[in-house]
Order: sequence, then structure tokens, then C-alpha cells
Amino acid sequence: MGAPSFSLLAQSVLSGVFIGALYGLLGLGLSLSWGLLRQINLAHFALAFLAAYLCYQLSATGKIDPLLSLALIVPAFFALGVAMQWVFARFDITPFNSLLVTFGLTVIIEALIQLIWTADFRRLESGYGDAKFKLGFLYVPAPELLTLVLALALSFAIWAALRHTDVGKALRAAAEDGPIATAFGVNRQALALMLSGVCTALAGVAGVCIALSYTLAPAQMYGWIGVVFAAVMMGGLGRPLGPLFAGIVIGVSEAVTMALTSPSWAPLVSFSLLILVLLVRPRKA
Amino acid sequence: MKLSIRRASAPIAALFGALALAVGTACAAPSGQPVRIGSTLALTGPLASTGIVHQIVGDIYVEQLNKKNGLLGRPVEWIVKDDQSKPDLARTLYEQLITVDKVDLLMGPYATGAILSAMGVAQRYNKVLVHHTFGIPSLAKYDAQFPTWSLGPDPAATFPNTLFDALAAAGKTPKTVAIVTSKFPSVHFMSLGAREAVKKRGMQEVVFLEWEFGNRDFGAIAARVKDANPDFVWVGAIGLEGNQLLDAMKKIDYTPPLHFYMYPAPGPMAQATEAKNALAATIFEEHPPYLSNPGAAEFVKLFNERAAKAGIPYTQVETQAAASYSAWQVLDAAVTATKSLDDKVLADWLRKNKVDTIQGKLRFDGPSNYGDDLMAVKQVQNGRWVTIWPKSVAAPGATLMTK
Repeated sequence: MGAPSFSLLAQSVLSGVFIGALYGLLGLGLSLSWGLLRQINLAHFALAFLAAYLCYQLSATGKIDPLLSLALIVPAFFALGVAMQWVFARFDITPFNSLLVTFGLTVIIEALIQLIWTADFRRLESGYGDAKFKLGFLYVPAPELLTLVLALALSFAIWAALRHTDVGKALRAAAEDGPIATAFGVNRQALALMLSGVCTALAGVAGVCIALSYTLAPAQMYGWIGVVFAAVMMGGLGRPLGPLFAGIVIGVSEAVTMALTSPSWAPLVSFSLLILVLLVRPRKA
Repeated sequence: MKLSIRRASAPIAALFGALALAVGTACAAPSGQPVRIGSTLALTGPLASTGIVHQIVGDIYVEQLNKKNGLLGRPVEWIVKDDQSKPDLARTLYEQLITVDKVDLLMGPYATGAILSAMGVAQRYNKVLVHHTFGIPSLAKYDAQFPTWSLGPDPAATFPNTLFDALAAAGKTPKTVAIVTSKFPSVHFMSLGAREAVKKRGMQEVVFLEWEFGNRDFGAIAARVKDANPDFVWVGAIGLEGNQLLDAMKKIDYTPPLHFYMYPAPGPMAQATEAKNALAATIFEEHPPYLSNPGAAEFVKLFNERAAKAGIPYTQVETQAAASYSAWQVLDAAVTATKSLDDKVLADWLRKNKVDTIQGKLRFDGPSNYGDDLMAVKQVQNGRWVTIWPKSVAAPGATLMTK
């Protein structure tokens, strides 16, 4: 094989940035619930796919624009997240048990999706699907660009909120040392309910982005778990910007690997990078 | 006048009586202990979207059997269990079907991995296993397994030639070829066969790429294909992979001049605008001459109705449903001809006889009990799949479209 052209490399890098943004968006809620709530929420992926199917359904039958469907999906998922956290708190579920419980929840949500929409493939047909524009010699697809914009906006907004608002500081304090935070008047239960709602709403946003770019099938939710977990671990738990940057690093590395060598090497990239990060900075994740 | 009517009425009544008796005998309700046929299907898990096709086909065939005379005059009961798309679970469930449910006959599960598991169990208990979707003939070692997906014993050698013959017949022999393929076993070896065919036919392979099954980002692969600018793209894709690659190509404004997909998800590909003129392999499509094959027209009508009722977006009969229906036809033919449920008797009969199915005549006397490679080439034309090659099975008037 000859040297790849510059346009091939540049287009591949762009493709990697886009998929990396989706890794980051999916990883954002997961990282926050893991880092700040001490819950390893495997159901995050199932919830994202549930949102994707709802977006598909609202568009197919209700003729609702996929972006407008966010106005319904985000509040509904926020409420769902609050309800989930209430149950988790009620039964005092430990971090390890949260992994098991949310895995069970994932299987239930998958079965529910299959019951309603069947296991067959579903494709959201919207005006966004075909929309793209050219930037020099680069082709920029609209749904992926939208995902990138949403991932950047949400990651920076949550980063700013955690850093500069009282609620954000309280959340960080509660995660750092719960009893001391309580002693200073932090209402940990209320904050946990709110944070779980936000994380689930973020899964809803990621789901809409998935529906815009991908054909849906229930079992596909499992295909994202490994790489998104790698992005979350690399980015650091509870750090809003971490999964996005780690996701983009993974996405670009995978895409460049595919452009330069055999694409079958790409899946090794995310985990090799994760191992490298853990070796070099063992306390990072 | 009255007399003549009275005279005539006696033989007419006798004739009607005889007819009623004949019809009654032929369609007598089956009675007695049911014949139990056991199988598993991927009703949940990643293969469930196709598993449901096989479930609908099995339901239709068993209903048709029971509306006639069942098997050997006995009603037929189909016990189908969900293997959750897991070959290891399929193995356990087939063991259960034989030892606990004590089924009389077996029907294969869906997809190569599960069939391989079921084959091992069938071999241990000397049971006949008729199966419909086994993708790697060389792995079928058991002498009482009978495949109804008519790939032939060496599809990696035969099918790429069928495809390139189709292109040559239309005067579109490519000079340069890109071969991009999933590493999913039953498509990967076919892609390697395509590489050989390209070499033997003097074409130039400009790019060869492999990806792991489950790959999410096809952007870089699409960019590399575009960069190589081939006359023809062979895509060793299974399920949605073909659509994902097409989607990625569309995003960079690239349309391959000629493109082939090994085992695409038929509905999504036929419906995608970017899949215009895409080629794929088939053993049956809903048009003549296939519709003249035994049972085809009635089955197609029933399947279309049931698939729509089940909420399946693509309700047409194609390779999956046809191979599945053929499997039931083969099992039915063997039991009916031998008047036996004995596995050894059935296996002996199948090895020596050809069976008429909706995809054509199947034989099981070749290597690994495979017969002829009946795979044909189909193309998306005006949003539906149409067989274009070989001419013997092409839709009336259908030829390769390139624009």
C-alpha cells in the first residue's frame, strides 16, 4: 500500500473526532454517576438506546423533529433517573451491587425494546440524515457535527457548573467526603436525586444522537460498552471533560489506525490506550 | 323429465360421494400422538431480527402440515426454544430437546455457530439434523446433517465466479477491485475466495481491508475505498455492516461504480437510497421463475401476511425465509417418502434422493452432504431486490443495471 493521501488522513481524523464525541457524550453521564454517585450504571447504554427508539418513534409516528423530541425525552429521562436513584437509595445499593442491578435493568430494557419495536432494524428518516456540507476538501455530515456540538456544549456546561456553582461544589464535596459535606449542611440525598436525573437525561441526549446517525437494533447497545468504559476510565471518574477528550483521542486513534493499517486493528486501540494510561498514571482513573 | 333427473342424480351423487371421500381422506384431520419436532432459534439477542423470520416460517409450515394430514397421519407439534443467539445455550437446549422433551425429529437453529453446536448434539444421539443457515460447508462433518441453504460444498470458489460471470455477461468486467470485509467467519472466507477469483481472472486488487465484526466507525474505510477509486467494490458484509459502509461512503460523496454485499440485511439495504444498484447473493426472490417452484407462491403470500402482522419492516421472502421453508420441505419429504421417523432411515433416504423445494431441487450427495451451489446474484432495482444472474433464475427481463 502506498502512502495515504492527505485528504484520506484528514477525512479519517474528522470521522474519528465525530465518533469520539459520541463516545464522550455516552461516557459523560456514566462518568458522573460513577465518580460522584459511586454507581457503575451499566443501564446507561440501555437508557440511551431507549431514548434512541423513542426519538425514532416520535419522528416516525408523531412527525416530531428529532431535535424537538429532546424537549420530551430530556425531562422524561430526568424523572426516570430521579426515580432510579430513589430506589437505589431506598435499598442502599453498594457500588458493586449497582453494577449487578443495572446489568439486570439493561436486560429488562433490551427485552422491553424488543417487545415494542421487535429485534429488526429501525432507521430514523429525517432531514438531518442526508445533510452535509463541504469544508475545503472535507465532508462534514450534519448529524455527527450536531453530536460534536452537543457533546462539547454539555461537557463544558457541566464542567462549569461543577466548578463554579454552589450546587456543583456541594456535589464534589459530597463525593469527596459525604459525612463532612452533610455536616456542612449539604443535602446529599437531594443532590444525588438531581445528579442521577441529569445523568439519565444525558443518556437521553446521547440516544437522540445515536438515532440521528445509526440504524437501531436492540442488541447493539452492548457494542458500545467496552469502548465507552475505556473513555470514562481514561478521562477520569466524575470529570465532565475527561470522557470527551479521551473519547476523541480514542476515536481519532481508531480512525487513523484504520486509515494507515488494517481496520481490524482498530478495536485494540482503545484498550491499549487505557492500559497505557493506567500504567503511566495509575491514580488517574 | 322428472325421471331423467332421478336417473341422473344417482351417478352424480355417487360421484360427489366418492369425491368427498377422496378429499376427506387426503385432508383428514391428523390424529393420534403428535410428531414432535424440536429446535431452537435466536428469538432474542443480536441475531433475533433474523430469528423471527425462521419462527414465522416454521409456524407457517407446521400449520400447513396440520391442515393437510400432518406427518404420517399424526399432528405435528413444533417445540421451539430461545437460544438467545448463543451457540453454547443452543447446545444445552438441543440436549434437552432430545433427552427431556424426547422429540421425534430435529430442525436446525439459526446461524452457523448455533448449528455447529446442534450438530454436535445430533451426532451424539445419532439424530438427523436438517438445517437452513450454515455458512461454512467445510465445517459440517456429521454425516446425518443436511443443509438446505444451497451454497454448494465450496462456495468461496464457486460463488465469486458466478458474480464475476454476471459482470462479464453485462460487459462490465472490472479492471480494478477493492475487497473490504468483515472478519465474521462465514463472510470472511467468501471474501478470501473473491481475492483468489480476482487474481485468477487477471483483475487488479487495489485495496484489501478487514474489520472486526461489530465495528462502529466506517468513515476511514469508506475514505480508503474512495481513495483507491476501484471499478468494483466487493463488501464482505453481514447484516447491517453493508448499510453502515454505504452510509459512510455517502457522507463523503462517494458512490462506487459497481458494488456487491455478501449477506446484507435485505430490508434496510433495499430501502436505502445509497444502495441503488447494489448487488448481493440470493437463493430465492419473489418473482418468476422462483414462484413456480413447489409451494412457493402460497408460501410467499402467507409469509408476507404474517411478517407484516409481526411488525417486521421487510416482509418479502428472500434467502433466509426460503432456506428455512426448504428445510421443512426436506424433512417433510423424507418422512413422507419413507413413512418413518427413524433417523437412520431418513438419513439414508436423503443421501440418495433429491428434494423439490421452493429454491429448486436440492441434493445431499456431495462433500459434507452439500449439493449444487444454487446461489444467484440479485440487485437493488427501484427499491426492491431482483435476481439478475444466472439467466435461468433471473426475473423476467432483468439485467445488470449500472446507472
